[in-house]
Amino acid sequence: MTIDLKTVKHISKLARISLEEKKAEKLATDMNSIFEFIEKLNELNTDNVEPLTSIAETTLRFRDDKITSENIREKILKNSPEKNDDFFVVPKVVE
Amino acid sequence: MTEITSLTLYELIKNIKEKKISSNEAAKSFVDRAEKSKKINAYVTENFENCLKLSKEFDDKPNFDLKLPGIPIAVKDLFCTNEVRTTAGSNILNNFIPTYESTVTQNIWNEGGILLGKLNCDEFAMGSSNETSFFGNVQNPIAEDLVPGGSSGGSSAALAANLTPVTIGTDTGGSIRQPASFTGTVGLKPTYGSCSRYGIVAFASSLDQAGPMSKDVKDSSILLEVISSFDKKDSTSIDFKRNNYSSELNRNIKGLKIGIPKEYRVDGMPDEIEKLWKKGIEYAKDCGAEIIDISLPHTSYALPTYYIVAPAEASSNLARYDGVKYGLRSSGKNLIDMYEKTRSEGFGEEVKRRVMIGTYVLSSGYYDAYYLKAQKVRQLIKQDFDQAYNKVDAILTPSTPSSAFKIGEKSNDPVSMYLNDIFTVPVNLAGLPGISIPAGVDKNNYPLGLQIIGKPFDEQTVLNIAYSMEEKINYKNNITDWWMK
Repeated sequence: MTIDLKTVKHISKLARISLEEKKAEKLATDMNSIFEFIEKLNELNTDNVEPLTSIAETTLRFRDDKITSENIREKILKNSPEKNDDFFVVPKVVE
Repeated sequence: MTEITSLTLYELIKNIKEKKISSNEAAKSFVDRAEKSKKINAYVTENFENCLKLSKEFDDKPNFDLKLPGIPIAVKDLFCTNEVRTTAGSNILNNFIPTYESTVTQNIWNEGGILLGKLNCDEFAMGSSNETSFFGNVQNPIAEDLVPGGSSGGSSAALAANLTPVTIGTDTGGSIRQPASFTGTVGLKPTYGSCSRYGIVAFASSLDQAGPMSKDVKDSSILLEVISSFDKKDSTSIDFKRNNYSSELNRNIKGLKIGIPKEYRVDGMPDEIEKLWKKGIEYAKDCGAEIIDISLPHTSYALPTYYIVAPAEASSNLARYDGVKYGLRSSGKNLIDMYEKTRSEGFGEEVKRRVMIGTYVLSSGYYDAYYLKAQKVRQLIKQDFDQAYNKVDAILTPSTPSSAFKIGEKSNDPVSMYLNDIFTVPVNLAGLPGISIPAGVDKNNYPLGLQIIGKPFDEQTVLNIAYSMEEKINYKNNITDWWMK
């Protein structure tokens, strides 16, 4: 199977990464060589194998729904690329 | 006496407890040496002034009951450190100041450790040579223009160059053990669930583990004892009885059964690796271990499995970098355009490649063919180890299929770079503990490592075997400080 340029562009849309034409071509080449290597898995019959979803056989723990951190609003907002009072600012999404 | 910076952690602790060296003297020595070692490019962020200040405070009010009394320690820049910049080697986190501390680093500070600074690494820990870092290549102290391995390349280089007495790395597919092997140092990846992942910048959550990197095995046992803990903040942290790894460390491995997996004899493996492995088998026998041939039949499927599972989890984990709440933001015509430009400018080539692979294998119509298939093969790989451990206590393999390579040598061919992790990746897929110890050199005098893989939660046996073999191997790094000339 080969991954064509159209697929690469579609995937880059899904991944929210803009790609220049030249970069997309290079990426298609790289992805094809990586998938060629991955295709090896098809040699194996895994019809009756249970997928391994977690290596640690643990059940999820519950905790009380309580606030544990102190008020760090200022510090958190400081990391934001753009803010306005107590809010994160994003480009306009509603017309 | 020997220079402070070349002491092992154990020796440094001893000297500090005996008041022969103060914490501040130690801190000064490491800072001075770092100032003369900029060429290594080990540090992304220095915390020198603060370290000197805190070491003085320790000396004014010392507590020698702590396990790391006033010990300066540099850590991989993948661990979030409260109010100290944490970049994960990425442009997208170039200005990120965490508001919290990772559990593993907190454990170190609780025992008296003091942060020296944050060490370079491959971007989001994706790489085997430290060449994907936004902050530039790291020099291997062994020789100029040689990669230090990756992704914990800044950590392995800082350790080998005597810029820190010990350090911590993270290991998703070999990122502690391979750089340890490339720099003639010791690196241990604990069992999945031993060390908390809380506050570690996530790469592939079902594989990531933090672990100690050190000059010798004893030091790794001391540091593991500090960092391994059950943590409610990590839902995959496991509550098991942890050993006192350093006080229980011993060389009594007589009668232990060590397995030699025939599938690790891969095509094109250099002669010197084969020889090193044979030598390792002899050392293990000399220590009284019994050698048993075993089979791990699905070994050759581990890398292809890894290159589905890891990118899939990465693409999901890295979805959070959207330029809104923290990190880099590029301007765009609208929200989506802003996301796309931010991620395009913020991520480097390797990270983009892996996010793309991950997005593809998880995309509609391909999930069963790739991700589900990989999870099934992962089960088979784990079963291989389960069966082997019915017969043996541990497994001995080479750490890497080659010694360190030149900067630039493999950076244009992702698959050849990935092949570096052929012996380490299966251990992550099965969630097992594994250690790399220096065991010899190749024709260029570059270090080569051997890997000991243990049963889940049996770090003590892994450490004891490594400790026994280390004594027989008696490896010494020959580092000339060439970067200072």
